[in-house]
Amino acid sequence: MASELEFERPLAELRRKITELRRFAEEKELDLTAELQTLEEKYRQMEEDIYAHLEPWQKMQLARHTARPTTKDYIERLFTSFVELHGDRLYGDDPAIVGGIGKFEGLPVTVVGHQKGKDTKENIARNFGMPHPEGYRKALRLMKQAEKFARPIICFIDTPGAYPGMAAEERGQSEAIARNLREMASLAVPIICIITGEGGSGGALALGVGNHIYMLEHAIYSVISPEGAAALLWKDASQAKRAAQTMKITAQDIMEFGIIDGIVPEPRGGAHRDVDEQARSIAQVLRRSLAELGRMSGDELIAQRYEKFRAIGRFYEQQQAAR
Amino acid sequence: MLKDFFPKKRKYATLPQEAPQPTAGGKKEIPEGLMVKCDACGTIMYAKELANNLKVCKGCDYHFPMSASERLGAVLDKGTFVEWDVGLRTADPLGFPGYEEKMSDIMAKTGLTEAVVTGFGRVGGWPVAVGVMDSRFIMGSMGSVVGEKVTRAIERAHQQRLPLILFSASGGARMQEGIFSLMQMAKTSAALARFQGAGGLFISVFTNPTTGGVSASFSSLGDINLAEPGALIGFAGRRIIEQTIRQKLPEDFQTAEFLLAHGQLDAVVHRKHLRDMLINLLDLHQVQGAGAAFNEETETKEAFHG
Repeated sequence: MASELEFERPLAELRRKITELRRFAEEKELDLTAELQTLEEKYRQMEEDIYAHLEPWQKMQLARHTARPTTKDYIERLFTSFVELHGDRLYGDDPAIVGGIGKFEGLPVTVVGHQKGKDTKENIARNFGMPHPEGYRKALRLMKQAEKFARPIICFIDTPGAYPGMAAEERGQSEAIARNLREMASLAVPIICIITGEGGSGGALALGVGNHIYMLEHAIYSVISPEGAAALLWKDASQAKRAAQTMKITAQDIMEFGIIDGIVPEPRGGAHRDVDEQARSIAQVLRRSLAELGRMSGDELIAQRYEKFRAIGRFYEQQQAAR
Repeated sequence: MLKDFFPKKRKYATLPQEAPQPTAGGKKEIPEGLMVKCDACGTIMYAKELANNLKVCKGCDYHFPMSASERLGAVLDKGTFVEWDVGLRTADPLGFPGYEEKMSDIMAKTGLTEAVVTGFGRVGGWPVAVGVMDSRFIMGSMGSVVGEKVTRAIERAHQQRLPLILFSASGGARMQEGIFSLMQMAKTSAALARFQGAGGLFISVFTNPTTGGVSASFSSLGDINLAEPGALIGFAGRRIIEQTIRQKLPEDFQTAEFLLAHGQLDAVVHRKHLRDMLINLLDLHQVQGAGAAFNEETETKEAFHG
């Protein structure tokens, strides 16, 4: 476990002990099979215990894990004949969003998604998965193209948020996001969104207006980063742990709120532990979702998507006091 | 007149009033009869004088923030406003610590029930659906109720074939309602997709300040986007951007004028010309009476929410 997180340390510790003991047994030609078995059992239990009871803050760390599979990892595993398409035709090509056409089990689909890097160099190239307006405009261009050719759209969402920079503001970050929200609402093809890691506010939602929305088990979706919330609430970004709890950002919370359609299970320890397995469970969800949405007409899809978002909000109607 | 639309009997507890806190908008609300000092140029003037000048500084043209009722008074024909959905209250979906107290406190202080007031009114005789945000109410932030009221206003505009005018003033999505606030961005934008798709006219007026989740949703989607001079408009906050790019931003960054220069707005309109501008635009969009542009077929086919 080269990239272990803080809460994973006890596991790493135990794993080291088991390895040492095994080596010792081999060297000294001792039969420690029973002891090793007990330890392995203990390891399994500890592992189960830790990953079954992750705190929101710990889930957030998994969601942001540097080794977390990215959109391109899933594209490689889920789609054949994939062709990446670039550019917004207005200003440039944003490397923080990738998109293109491929086949999912034989069916041509359009895929768009945020793209993070796995190391510093890659992350700088990808701007840490934080898009500029041209990224959202590229995504919209590809989605409109999908509509023209009656292809379903699959969105992979994983971003800390839209990039807060001067150039982004000059080119209309707000407008780009807003336009995507409106236009996605009126596309006459199935849209399936999967939040694979970080669902960072408006920058995530701009690819998130789907007929079906899923989250990976340890993914998060939030109106503001826990750090940002902590800074605003308690004037202290180091209270992020507390904010992660208060803001209710886990897939389980969001599912309970009725905002998403399902949670995609992750391999034990998180998606990065077994990308192939993760891709397979995503494929299962896509298969089911595409079959269901494939039976609907364009008008039905638009109406279903509208009703889905129309219904979100928690309020009550107070009787007006007499004048 | 406008006070009549806010129930006098409150259904929430009024907390003991402390000395008025100098909040962002608060320091400009000086009781009638007192002097006001302009934040921008320091000119001292009578509050009444300022109010008579549409809350625009006579010294430097600084546009003071307007409350929702001041705005409605300045834009609509006298006595035409009928408020919608006054009774909507947030259900505090996250059980957010201190949120309920904050709400009742701000309700008592502002006399508002939420950060947006919506309703029917007339501008130069033209009937319109209108919404006005008030930045004194938790930074004019958008939670479930603001999203719902804006969405219902859009849907009513659609049903009743009214042009829609929204005045935004907001710090963005309301943190205290978490993901529900974020989703209001999609909800309001989807409602606009239907309304505008059916031929409805939406005039968006950015006022100081409009940022975050509101500027990144319905505010930016006007068929015509207007702004008041000097209004702060943007996606991310200035401080966050300066921290991110580690450089000082130009003085006029994210002002209405900056946005106009970068092609993000149709026009920057001085407050004293705004009403006439709206009347003119409404007139330009009427061919055979209100809502002539609406597509009959779409109109009759679709179902609407109450």
